[in-house]
Order: sequence, then C-alpha cells, then structure tokens
Amino acid sequence: MRIGVFVCECGTNIAATVSTGKVVDAALSMRDVLHAESIQYTCSDPGQRAVIDAIQKKGLTRVVIASCSPRMHENTFRRTVGRAGLNAYMMEMVNIREHCSWIHSDIDEATDKAIDLMQKGVARVRRQVPLHSTTVPVTKRVLVVGGGVAGIQAALDIADAGLPVTLVERGPSIGGNMARLDKTFPTLDCSSCILTPRMVEAAQHENIELMVSSEVEQVRGYIGNFDVDIRRKATCVDAEKCTGCMICQEKCPGKAPDEFNAGVGQSKAISIPFPQAVPLVAALRKEHCRLFIKGKCSVCKKVCPADAIDYEQEDRIETEKFGAIVVATGYELFDWRESYPDYGGGQYPDVVTALQYERMLSASGPNGGHVQRPSDGKEPKNVVFISCVGSRDESVGRPLCCSVGCMYIAKQAILTKEHIPDSQSYVFYIDIRAGGKGYEEFTRRAQRDFGAIYLRGRVGKIYPSNGNLVVMGTDTLSAEQVEIDADLVVLATGFAAAEGAGELARKLNISYDQYEFFSESHPKLRPVETTTGGVFLAGACQGPKDIPDTVAQASASAAKVIGLLSRGELETSPMVAAVNQMRCTGCFKCRDVCPYGAIEAVELRDGREVANVIDSLCQGCGVCNVACPPAVISLKGYTDGQLIAETMELLR
Amino acid sequence: MAGTARMKQPGDLRVIRLPCTGRVNPLLILKAFMEGADGVLVSGCHPGDCHYNVGNYHARRRLELLQRMLPAFGIDPGRFHYTWVSASEGSRWAGVVSDFTRRIEALGKIGAEVPANALAKAEQTAMTDATGKTTS
Ligand SMILES: Cc1cc2nc3c(=O)[nH]c(=O)nc-3n(C[C@H](O)[C@H](O)[C@H](O)COP(=O)(O)OP(=O)(O)OC[C@H]3O[C@@H](n4cnc5c(N)ncnc54)[C@H](O)[C@@H]3O)c2cc1C
Ligand code: SF4
Ligand code: SF4
Repeated sequence: MRIGVFVCECGTNIAATVSTGKVVDAALSMRDVLHAESIQYTCSDPGQRAVIDAIQKKGLTRVVIASCSPRMHENTFRRTVGRAGLNAYMMEMVNIREHCSWIHSDIDEATDKAIDLMQKGVARVRRQVPLHSTTVPVTKRVLVVGGGVAGIQAALDIADAGLPVTLVERGPSIGGNMARLDKTFPTLDCSSCILTPRMVEAAQHENIELMVSSEVEQVRGYIGNFDVDIRRKATCVDAEKCTGCMICQEKCPGKAPDEFNAGVGQSKAISIPFPQAVPLVAALRKEHCRLFIKGKCSVCKKVCPADAIDYEQEDRIETEKFGAIVVATGYELFDWRESYPDYGGGQYPDVVTALQYERMLSASGPNGGHVQRPSDGKEPKNVVFISCVGSRDESVGRPLCCSVGCMYIAKQAILTKEHIPDSQSYVFYIDIRAGGKGYEEFTRRAQRDFGAIYLRGRVGKIYPSNGNLVVMGTDTLSAEQVEIDADLVVLATGFAAAEGAGELARKLNISYDQYEFFSESHPKLRPVETTTGGVFLAGACQGPKDIPDTVAQASASAAKVIGLLSRGELETSPMVAAVNQMRCTGCFKCRDVCPYGAIEAVELRDGREVANVIDSLCQGCGVCNVACPPAVISLKGYTDGQLIAETMELLR
Repeated sequence: MAGTARMKQPGDLRVIRLPCTGRVNPLLILKAFMEGADGVLVSGCHPGDCHYNVGNYHARRRLELLQRMLPAFGIDPGRFHYTWVSASEGSRWAGVVSDFTRRIEALGKIGAEVPANALAKAEQTAMTDATGKTTS
C-alpha cells in the first residue's frame, strides 16, 4: 500500500493557523505513507498537476488531501486522482479549513488537531476499496408543478429545447398571481398583455401537456427516473367538449367566492375563472353547487350547448415517468386578519389587501377598472397604503421582507392618481426597499410626479368614523402623531408559501424553511437546485420575488434541467449498501428500516431468501447498516471497519 | 456554515463524517468511550427535515436508548449528547460545541470510569435493543 498525502495551504486560509510543514512531517511517519507535501492551492491547475505527478512518479495507490470541506472540492479531487489513473474513491479528504484553521486561532492547537484529522484520514483511506458507479438511463420528460409565470417560463424554455413537459396546475387556469395584476412596476406595462400570450403559447406548444385542476399525489423514484402520481380532480366538465362559451356561468344560480378576483365581487359555482383563462374551460366547484349541496338544480347541464357537463365525473390518478421536476408553486398572501386586530381584523370592508386593490384597479376586474370601494361603491379620494403588514414584523412571527411591497405600493399609488386624478395617496412605510434596476427612480416618481405622500412609521390603529376610516400612526421623521381620514385602506400584506407547500416538499423529499418556502441547495452557488437530485426550484416558492427575478430563476432551472437530460444516462453514487449474502439470515430488518424501498428479497441457489440492495434506489443513508443483527449489510465508503479505525485513531 | 462563517470554537472536538445520523451505531459510541473518549457528541439534521427522509428518526430512537443505558455501563450519561443542527445553523453549532466542551471539561477525564468488560456487555444489550423493530 502506497499512500500519498497532500496538505493544502489554501493561500493563507489554512497556512496562517496550521503549520502545514509540521502536518507534512507528521504524515510521513504514519503507516504506509511514502509521500507527503504541502501545496499552496491544491485545487488550482498546478496544484492538481502536482498531485497527479506524485501519484504517477511514486506509484501511489491511495491519496489523502487535507484542505477544505469535502462539500467544496470532493468531486474536484476525485476527478484529479481519476485523471492520474486511480479509482476516484481511493482519495480521502480531510477538512483542515472549516474544521480547523478557520475556527481556531492558536497555531499549536490547530496544528495538533490537523495532525489528528490527518491520522484519521490515513486510517480511513487504508481501508478503502475501489468503488464503481453504475449508470441508469434517464427519462427525457419533465414535470413542472405550478402554472404561474415561473412554471410557464420554465415549461416553455424546456419545451423549446425539444423535451416534452407536463405542466401541472392545481387551479382551473394557468397564470398564477401575475394574471391578477393590473400593471407591473417599474415599467407599468400591462400584466395580462405580457402574460396572456405566454399562457397561450404554453397551451399550444407541441411539447407541453397542460394539466389544470391537478395536483401531485405521490412521487417515487430518483433523479432521472421519477414515477409521479398526478390527481386529476373532477371538475364535472368534459374539457374536450367545453367550448368556453360561459353560458353555464351566466345561468348558474349558485353563488361562490371569486378566487381570481381575490374575493372582490362574486362568482358562480360553475365558472371560467377569468376571460383570458387558459385553458378556456369551465369548472364546477361542488362545495358551492346547489346540485351537490341541496340535491336539486342541474341548470348548467340543461343549458350547455356542448353537452360538456358530467356530474358523475370522479378524480382520476394518472402515473407518469419524469426525468426531472421543476417546482414553481409560488406564494399566497399572508392572512393578516388574526394578527392585526388593530386594523379591524377583516371587519372593515374598506380595508383591503393590495392584491384585492390590484383587481379593483384592473380593467378586467369586477368593476371594469372603475375603482369603487367595497362598502358603498363610492370612488375613494383619500387612499392610505400600509406597508409591511405581516412582513418585517417580529411581533406576528413574520420577520421576513416580502421584497415587492414597497414597489407595488408605489405602483398602486401611481395608478390611483391615474384612475382618480383628484385623489391623494398616503404611504406608511418602514423604509423603502427599491433595489432593482429602475426601482429607486420609480418610487421617487410616485412621490414627485404623482404626489404620493410618504410617511415613515407604523400604523397603530384603524377605526371607522362617519362612514370613513381613521388611520392613526406615527411619523417617526417628525416625531408627530398623524391621523388620516381615509376612504380606502390598502394593506401590503407579506408573502406566505402556497398552501400545502410543506406537504408537497415532503412528497418530493426537499427541504423548506420555517415559512415553508423551499430551500435551495446552496444560497449562492446552487440557487435553483434542491438537496434532492433532479428537483429544481423556480419563482416565489423559494422565497418572495418579483417577476424579473422569478423569470430569471425559471430560465435558470430550465437550463439545469436541459443540461441534466441532455445526457442519456446518469451515474449513480457507488456509496451504497451491500449485503454479504452468504451470511445474511434473511430477517429483513434492513428492508423494514430502509426509507427508499431499496432492499428486495432474492432467492439463493440453495433456496434461502436473503436481502439484496437495489443500487439505483439506495441513497446511501446507512440506516440498514446499523439495523442488521449479524452486521452483514454494510455501507460502502462508511463501513464499520472504517468508522472504528477512525475512532481508534483519534483516541490513540 | 460555522466553519465558513469562521466562528471560533474550542479545539477539543474531532469530527467523524457520516452520511446520516441513521448510520450511527450506538456500539461505535461505546467503542469511543472504551478507547478513552471523554465525551461523544452526535449531531444531525432536525427530525422531520432529514436529508434521507427518516434516518434521524431511527437515530433518535437508538441514541435515546443508548443515553439511558450508559449508567449501566458505568458511563456518566452527561458525557454523551445528541442534538440536531442544520447545515445553515452555524452559530447554533458553535454554541453546541462550546457548551458540550465546557460540560466535558467539568466532568474531567473519563479515567477508570469504564469497566473493561463494558463493551462485551454492551454488545449484547445494545445490539438487540437498538435494532429491534424500528418503524416510525
Ligand atoms: C399586490 C401585488 C402586486 C405585485 N406587483 C408586481 C409588479 O408590479 N411587478 C413585479 O415584478 N412583481 C409584482 N408582484 C409579484 C409577483 O406576483 C410575483 O413575483 C410572481 O407572481 C411570482 O410568480 P410565481 O410563478 O413564482 O408564483 P405564482 O404567481 O404564485 O404562481 C404559482 C402557481 O402555482 C400553483 N400552485 C400552488 N401550489 C400548487 C400545487 N401544490 N400544485 C400545483 N399547482 C400549485 C398556483 O395555483 C399558481 O398558479 C406583485 C405581488 C403582489 C402581491
Ligand atoms: S356551458 Fe358548457 S361549453 Fe359553455 S362554458 Fe359551460 S361547460 Fe363549457
Ligand atoms: S443505505 Fe439507506 S437507502 Fe441504502 S439500502 Fe440501506 S437503508 Fe436503504
């Protein structure tokens, strides 16, 4: 056995606190080590070349590299030793940066620790055997979950690259929240004018299959080979036959909340959510339908000229194979009512959310763009905007910034002035966050050119008085109490994750934060990947975002997916469990504990039933290794022998 | 994260890398005490947030059991601690390390605390219990 040791200085990152020379000397006295040197930057091209040279000149068979975290460069160095002709797994990394030089200041202490860690690494690599990854074929189809602008963008990009895409949206139409917006900051272009063509393009794309009123039921499998059950919810309308004439909606006597209009105005039990909906197909909501509640009605079935109504329709589960999944489930507004009793807790009809106001402003909204306040239909003159309701507020458990509130308030203040020239807008703010391109200028314009009065401070209370609302707050710049007589109050409520986001994350085996926004694999270098291979993120489901960032991230996800599926096969990690079948007793405790169903029973020639690991399913957690009573199933790369040797070495 | 953020920590701890706390065999911990470790700390992803679905649920059951059995082997249970720290909780990790180190310093060297036959004894008991039916 010929072991080579390389100690990285990482410039001064390591060398300033760890005496690399001493580590080299110590390594040379370790068993089987016949080469040791320190290198200034091992990951650099000359650094890697030095490693390759030493391996080839000295005939090294195993290598230990003491440098940074394996999360950083394990793959780099595996490739390095691979290029030198060694099996990539005959290289062991020892972390003397994050675990040593960066967290200690005493040179002796840090050097001692580095030597200990080196000893452990050498002990480990001595017990390492060559490992070989297998390849699995990939399914060249992509699932996109969520049909907001993020999902649409990702689906279009992927489909344009020639890959078939299934876009699953749980609502009756794609479009998401952007379809609800009137105009968009900072350019004030009309939201549906830019979004609707994209929605239609997605529906007509030969590579995109739209599945609306559908949800992900279950996900099995792994990168390159997911099996996904999709629930196609019963809408009581045959999508093939429905022509979108809306006669059913007109005649339907069952009132229902208007979800598209964020609860402003009313809709019907059977409806098309909005005139530009894609697909333009009606859907019936049983919980509001008279036939399902009272057992009598069937008006829609009678009036439908296309005979599209089918009350017997039931949910169907379809199972499809995908190679990659993009999650783009977006956001919902934080429900402010319980947390802000001082703002009326939802009791005052003229206190609305910004999304409701967006609908009130929109030409496709319930009043055709004529702003009328909910209580009496009067056109408001004094409009008060309150920012950060349910964001940046520790007292209600929402310290996060929604990142778009400051911007859309400025937009809505401008639009208010455009709709109602003799109106006056007031904006209560904590501070104005306008980091994007052209954003700062935009918020200035709202004040300078459209006369919005900005008041720095929180609103303490809102109470009704003479048919109007009194808004009490503090202007912290002048340190004065202010009271404004408002016709309408608009709350910039914070972002919350889409309902059921946590549940979806568990189905996909991806992580999420305390607000149920999905977590990216690395905040800087892997912003669209998740910790589960083959699952990517796009848009506001990962955290509050505006449209430009959403679209950029969606295209980035698409690029990752296209890259992944451009390969015909994927390498799987060889660090999987293996059973010594001669000694397996067939108790199947391993199968009971395996979270991935990676263990099957096979029959040996002598008729005994023993455990077998399905390499492509095993993720290498090692739970089975501990559960096996005769200790005959072992995780390659983390065998009992290796772990015991490491432990003993550290305690010598 | 704690390392990347360069949070200073006491230098007594040596880390052994594992894919998942579910790979931690209680026997390995006993082995460490046998070999003279003054303290053993196990840390993994938070329950419910396991990178490998449920590995840490298995770990929690196994480690809790070990914790309770340590006195039977003559080992002060204060020398063993298991905790959940996610990769993003750098400052929490630094805190855990500092607290644990302080605790072990107060307990002092393990010395003759561990009887020589502890491992053999442990082997029998821990094995059967820790591997008993473990469905979550
Ligand atoms: C009042 C207001 C005004 C705004 N104005 C602007 C502006 O002017 N300019 C700007 O840049 N940004 C603006 N924004 C932000 C903008 O709305 C978002 O950036 C954008 O909508 C995010 O798109 P998305 O696709 O990520 O999410 P969404 O638009 O939320 O789309 C997510 C989609 O996924 C679906 N879905 C959710 N869960 C599931 C599931 N489990 N299964 C299947 N489907 C699911 C949803 O039904 C939805 O269709 C504004 C936001 C608000 C609240
Ligand atoms: S009446 Fe029939 S065709 Fe017209 S929208 Fe309703 S279901 Fe579709
Ligand atoms: S290592 Fe984990 S995933 Fe692989 S077979 Fe064992 S329990 Fe299953």
